[in-house]
Amino acid sequence: MQLIPCPWCGPRDDAEFHYGAEAHVARPAVPSERSDAEWEAYLYLRRNTKGPFAERWLHTNGCRRWFNVIRDTYTHEIFASYKPGEPMPDIDQLTAKKDA
Amino acid sequence: MDASAGRQGPTTKQRYSIFALAKNALSYHEGWQQAWRSPEPKKAYDVIIVGGGGHGLTTAYYLAKLHGVRNVAVLEKGWIGGGNTGRNTTIIRSGYLWDESIKLYEHALKLWEGMSQELNFNVMFSQRGVINLAHSEHEWREMRRRYEAIRLNGVDIALVLPDEIKKLVPIINIDPTIRYPVKGGILQQRGGTARHDAVAWGYARAADALGVDIIQNCEVTGFERAPEGQIIGVQTTRGFIASNKVGCVPAGHSGVLAEMAGFMLPIQARPLQALVSEPIKPVIDKVVMSNAVHMYISQSDKGELVLGAGTDAYSSYAQRGSPNHPEHLMAATVELYPITSRLRMLRQWGGIVDTCPDASPIISKTPIPGLYFNCGWGTGGFKATPGSGHVFADLIAHDRPNALAAPFSLDRFRTGYLVDEHGAAGVAH
Repeated sequence: MQLIPCPWCGPRDDAEFHYGAEAHVARPAVPSERSDAEWEAYLYLRRNTKGPFAERWLHTNGCRRWFNVIRDTYTHEIFASYKPGEPMPDIDQLTAKKDA
Repeated sequence: MDASAGRQGPTTKQRYSIFALAKNALSYHEGWQQAWRSPEPKKAYDVIIVGGGGHGLTTAYYLAKLHGVRNVAVLEKGWIGGGNTGRNTTIIRSGYLWDESIKLYEHALKLWEGMSQELNFNVMFSQRGVINLAHSEHEWREMRRRYEAIRLNGVDIALVLPDEIKKLVPIINIDPTIRYPVKGGILQQRGGTARHDAVAWGYARAADALGVDIIQNCEVTGFERAPEGQIIGVQTTRGFIASNKVGCVPAGHSGVLAEMAGFMLPIQARPLQALVSEPIKPVIDKVVMSNAVHMYISQSDKGELVLGAGTDAYSSYAQRGSPNHPEHLMAATVELYPITSRLRMLRQWGGIVDTCPDASPIISKTPIPGLYFNCGWGTGGFKATPGSGHVFADLIAHDRPNALAAPFSLDRFRTGYLVDEHGAAGVAH
């Protein structure tokens, strides 16, 4: 169990959330013109980082809104939480700040 | 001269038998040989296998035994069988839904049946029967469909109704008024369990006897490629080791290795938990699995109840898992098996499983010539151990998948020919 910081509701138990895997995966523009390989990449291929990772969460049992979190997949330390549409923070800078 | 030259070729192994036991008893059991060597890595191998779990060790064994490739190294970053091979609930069955899966898992099950004799190592394979329960009308219908699919493939399977299940498993609660009542189930009598450590040790010993070098505490840190792309070796914590063929069997860490090699896999790493109780007298001599409530149970020879829970909902490489999963598992266990209500749990642990979008494995060539991946077994790789190594060795030796492995190539995510086993695998593999 860990606390996931929802940008709207604050820190809540992870059981309230749904996980959405890698963040910032854009749906291909003009879908009809995309190749099979591009669809494969969009539908199935995801980063599976061990360490700080930008991922999506859905606050299912709360505000029911999607948002992004930078979380270390090995230590479970959370570095940032931000709303959809906001740019991804610089992960190296975030982790360096924590280390300092 | 290469220091390891004297160790090439098969080594003679002490055979394990009742006579060997008696003979060694006379010398206070001090005369047993080591089961496998711990050689220094050579500079180059014909094939390198990355990952010394069950699947990696069987791959090396079958390469040496069936394909005459004996100059093989198995590189393991920790100790052999210390990953998911030693962390699962040891359930073995072949009752899946699609022909491709049934054929692959049945191939494995047949190899299990002769494993102890072939390896001269008792893996304690126990064909005690595996029951999958249905807890709703929909699940019961889906299960009957799967039952027919399994029968059409000529694999043993039986439908069992609640009364019959109660006779086979007297401790089960078949009261129709509970939240998830038992509607029925399928029984595969040839399914069962095995001693997981023994599988790793048995294959390690047999592969070693055929000349395979098992190198523990040797982590791969990078892949080296020729300018035209072909793989030429791996960087490790014990230096560079050359090989034109590298087979990766890294389970939970397959995404990490693929990223190191420069491509992406459709795989997510998730923790999967299991726990064992204090030992009690024999109460259950079957394996019983419930997908709907995420619990599976069997009893070890020591008397511990071995319980499996669900996977965490999010990616993680921490080998422990969230506490809400064991809690959920215990609630389901107490409802289905009320005698467990005051049973204490002894140990809990987690393993990192490599889950695939269609809940089927990936046994495949990769975009990099000479680099092969065997991964994505998710929550149920243990049952496939011998079959997985068997077909993967064939793929590496011939650079093309055989009929059993072909449906599990990486390109299925491009062609759309997925082998969707979410129903038969669920989490309760």
